[in-house]
Amino acid sequence: MAGAFWCVVEDDRQGQPKKVTAELIGEAQRWASELGATVEAVWLTDRASPEGLAQLGHWGAGRVWLWEDPALAPYRGEVWTPAIAALAGTEAPRAIWGAVTSRHREFMARLAARLGVGLSADCVAFSRADGQLQATRPVYAGKLLAHVRWQKTPWVATLRPNVFRAADADPGRTAAVERQTLATKAAVLSFVERREEAQTGLPELTEADIVVSGGRGLRGPENFALLEDLARVLGAAVGASRAAVDAGWRPHRFQVGQTGRTISPKLYIGCGISGAIQHLAGMRTSKVICAVNKDPEAPIFKIADFGVVGDLFEVVPLLAEEFRKLKQHA
Amino acid sequence: MKVVVLVKQVPDTATQVKVSSDPRLIDATGITWIVSPYDEFAVEEALRIKEKRGAGDPVEVVAVTLGPDRAKEALRSCLAMGVDRAIHVNDPALEGADTLGAATVLAAVLKEERPALVLCGRQAIDDDMGAVGAQLAELLGWPCLSWVMEEAISEDGARVRVGRQVEGGLEVFDVSLPCILTAQKGMNEPRYPTLKGIMGAKKKEIKDVKLAALGLSAPGRELEVTQLQALPPRPPGRILTGDPKDTARELVRALREDVKAI
Repeated sequence: MAGAFWCVVEDDRQGQPKKVTAELIGEAQRWASELGATVEAVWLTDRASPEGLAQLGHWGAGRVWLWEDPALAPYRGEVWTPAIAALAGTEAPRAIWGAVTSRHREFMARLAARLGVGLSADCVAFSRADGQLQATRPVYAGKLLAHVRWQKTPWVATLRPNVFRAADADPGRTAAVERQTLATKAAVLSFVERREEAQTGLPELTEADIVVSGGRGLRGPENFALLEDLARVLGAAVGASRAAVDAGWRPHRFQVGQTGRTISPKLYIGCGISGAIQHLAGMRTSKVICAVNKDPEAPIFKIADFGVVGDLFEVVPLLAEEFRKLKQHA
Repeated sequence: MKVVVLVKQVPDTATQVKVSSDPRLIDATGITWIVSPYDEFAVEEALRIKEKRGAGDPVEVVAVTLGPDRAKEALRSCLAMGVDRAIHVNDPALEGADTLGAATVLAAVLKEERPALVLCGRQAIDDDMGAVGAQLAELLGWPCLSWVMEEAISEDGARVRVGRQVEGGLEVFDVSLPCILTAQKGMNEPRYPTLKGIMGAKKKEIKDVKLAALGLSAPGRELEVTQLQALPPRPPGRILTGDPKDTARELVRALREDVKAI
């Protein structure tokens, strides 16, 4: 069976692919080499920097299908979908993968409907069953894992960031760039404006390697400053539990959990968070989980790799101090 | 103007979910069922549109669900909140349908209902696929905006201004109706049904629909669940107690040396 693995590029809107794109390419390479296929990147953007294009090659994309057109930003499903669907019709890729980001989640769903194929969103693993690819995805607040299979190709999926091993960059590898022309530019969606969120100076929650999160135990919005201080030392993002968000202490975009963001950082530090199921749904795939809570019975200790039973108002500043010392020695 | 809200009945988050003897299904015993929380934001928004436009431009709000008999309770909740009537697509052939299958059935319902606006949650909290709104839009050839935080329909009812949440900000669009919006948390605060609403809901219409009546046979299963599996337990962790200075120092050392997390 011919057909490449297509990885849809997620970029920083400034012409540079994001880290999650390297994760898509890395995982695609693994299966492509097993199934005797190639890996190609698909990039729809208003600007692709030469460095960004080179980067895709270094990561291992053999070819980059590039649509570069002002009409592609910001993302509009009605403009993106026909472009890639038409090329998929002639190229017959074996898989089309995107990232779990707000726009890719919608785009990949729309694309799967256009192509009449199955969509597996928010995948955390792939495996092989009967020569076919099978995906694994968390369901029911992460209480269960579902193994799913597509009836036919292309296998359309979105992959959770920070879960898959990123492709190594090899400057010896290059990609052939195939520039495409955008057929559909007009859309009934007309862009009005973008309102930027207040900058925190900290990384984006879903992309951060380390996340420090706070809950009801913080007692008030002003005490998030403690977590921000710790986060600054670690280069971490700051998240919040539903209790803290519903109390109005943090905007909803910081919420980690079933009705918030799903994250998989390398290190998660939950402070004053009891660990309700709805919160665990958003962070249980983190690699190392730490919890600071004064209640030794808090459910979060059941899934924590390291639990500190203590007063976060004492422990968190001490942790920040210890990490700071460590950084100075390094 | 007509607004259709798509809702799904799902297990309550706090409920225990186990795999049944058929490894592709969950064991339904003892499960508490609720309207998926994101769908409640969609219902609330539809009711606010109705209230805002008032008697000058009467808005009919219709809730639609796909599901077995028990799903009627979800529709009843919507009616109690203030939805005018409901449609229940209740057909055994829907069992195991994927998002595209569900979207195909909903598209057939919407072709009959011809609403100006469709609202649904950005994802249902059972399978968390988050695809039906966008796939429905694709099948109907309508525009769709996902993770919507705010909307304002123009006075003449022809257009809607929509703010959708994206990483790092809010993107605002103007779009002509009909269109599909998927609700994100933060859009509004859903109301609780009043006693009067609950009593009134009993008299409101819930129309039962079979696939044949929509001109459909069993929807395809382009994506198939082959197996559900309980999450492998995490190995027990290490609990640090005692003097905060010592525990902080030990935690940082362990993160650095034992698990190399930093």
